[in-house]
Amino acid sequence: MPRLRIRELAWSPDGQRPLLDGIDLEVGDGELLGLIGPNGSGKTSLLRCAYRFQRPSAGSVELDGEALWQCSPRWSAQRMAVVLQEFPQDFGLRVEEVAAMGRTPHKGLFDGDDAEDRRLVDEALARVGLGGLAQQPFARLSGGEKQRALLARALVQQPQLLILDEPTNHLDPRYQLELLRQIKALGLATLASFHDLNLAAAFCDRLCVLDQGRLVAAGTPAEVLSAELLQQVFGVQALVDTHPLAGYPRITWIV
Amino acid sequence: MSRFRLLLLGLGVLLALSCAISLGFGAAQVPLERVLAILGQHLFGIVPEAAVSLGQDSIVWQLRAPRVLLGALVGAGLALVGTALQAVTRNPLADPHLLGVSSGAAFGAVVVVLYLGEFAGLLSLPLAAFAGALASMLLVLAIASRSGRLESDRLLLAGVAVSFVMMAASNLLLYLGNPHAASSVLFWMLGGLGLACWELLWLPALCLALALAVLLGLGRALNALMAGEQSAVSLGLEPRRVRLLVFVVASLLTGVLVSLSGAIGFVGLMLPHVARFLVGAEHRRVLPVAALLGALFLVWVDVAARTWLAPQDLPIGIVTAAIGGVFFVALLRRR
Repeated sequence: MPRLRIRELAWSPDGQRPLLDGIDLEVGDGELLGLIGPNGSGKTSLLRCAYRFQRPSAGSVELDGEALWQCSPRWSAQRMAVVLQEFPQDFGLRVEEVAAMGRTPHKGLFDGDDAEDRRLVDEALARVGLGGLAQQPFARLSGGEKQRALLARALVQQPQLLILDEPTNHLDPRYQLELLRQIKALGLATLASFHDLNLAAAFCDRLCVLDQGRLVAAGTPAEVLSAELLQQVFGVQALVDTHPLAGYPRITWIV
Repeated sequence: MSRFRLLLLGLGVLLALSCAISLGFGAAQVPLERVLAILGQHLFGIVPEAAVSLGQDSIVWQLRAPRVLLGALVGAGLALVGTALQAVTRNPLADPHLLGVSSGAAFGAVVVVLYLGEFAGLLSLPLAAFAGALASMLLVLAIASRSGRLESDRLLLAGVAVSFVMMAASNLLLYLGNPHAASSVLFWMLGGLGLACWELLWLPALCLALALAVLLGLGRALNALMAGEQSAVSLGLEPRRVRLLVFVVASLLTGVLVSLSGAIGFVGLMLPHVARFLVGAEHRRVLPVAALLGALFLVWVDVAARTWLAPQDLPIGIVTAAIGGVFFVALLRRR
């Protein structure tokens, strides 16, 4: 059974013109599914439907075989964690406290933090390489470190499914690669949107291409990324060949 | 013991000492050993060695003790509400009076003073103020939650709008009414602890305890809400429900406090920042610290209000606003 299954999903902000229509996709265990498409194609909206922020106007989202909207937000947060481009405001939370937020769906109203919670937080921070910065104010981290701290929060949530909205935005190449390697190494079912097609090609097991709210192609990066598709969806000319060292497709823009 | 527990304990002890010491200050100074003798007699039944005059006894025990306690409760409550509101609105400038509660309460008070008179004895002013607070809070919530949604921006704007309308209404009544009544309302609008009496203390104490319990229970949720709407949802919360609960708790507590002490500004805006400076933004830690700091702050500000112009009683809201303004200028210049 796939971790996440989206069927015939449609969503419209005003109940009329749909911004997403007829979306079908599945994410299985250990699979990294990349979502690509031009700006405004509906990537973020689709992710929002998947993590229960937006209710689809038609179709279904299933998590572990259960209809997502039949279950409580708490239930889904115990199984699915999300890393967004949304940083906590500068009220002075420390890195450790940001990561500890991941325990929220597992705790009752008056439960304190126990040794298990602290162990999970320490482990997650160590895993993303922030063990030494646990006591630092979150606001003082660099962009890459912030993104890793939010990934640590997601890990503390102990999810079976991970959703990421353009996780590598604004990061230097080194941090982009580091972060994606870490995500890949987790081996979780992962749905992530990507801006950088070469990164998507390098790390994703499969890709889904969105264009104007519709899924226009799906398959392995080698199947999906063709010069014709890039021309048709992104409106740019590109040369697609094979990466000389790794074997996945490589895109070179023709300017 | 962790540093945090030590801090809580230290602030608690400091607050108890401050309450006791502050009883000596006022238009008539009472020496500390007399104050302690009077407290010992009333609290523990210890018969004092030297006789204490009846006048001093009634000043300290009947007038000042409830006033000091009310000050502590109001300070704690306003700081608590401010902390929670700043988190759920994600706005570091949110404060208890922003929700229109204070101006609603002021309107209620004006109506009583000008038209109804003492319809329920001692309780008439607080009752009317509370009714006004409740009415304007419901109005703000109704305006902000159109189409079933409750967003923080809309809520703040609705609060500001209702505040202005309520203030206009009070000012109109005052302008048309007799000038003598205006001055008695003015004192109340500027805030003061002069209404304090033993019979009415249980109410703010109970509300404060309940609000503290609810907000501490929501501690994790408040942290998550600070991280943003979508993050909060992804952590399994329903932000609208949490926010509604916090607003209702905040409005009720502010309504009760304001009805007894008038509109005391800046406590709810300033003390949360001081508390965060001390212990960071984790709400399960910052809420109790903010409450203790607020209590401590208002107890001493009231001492200033009692003594600066003695025997005149300076409205405490003037002192808090002056301190708050200077505090913010200092904060701005440091950044």
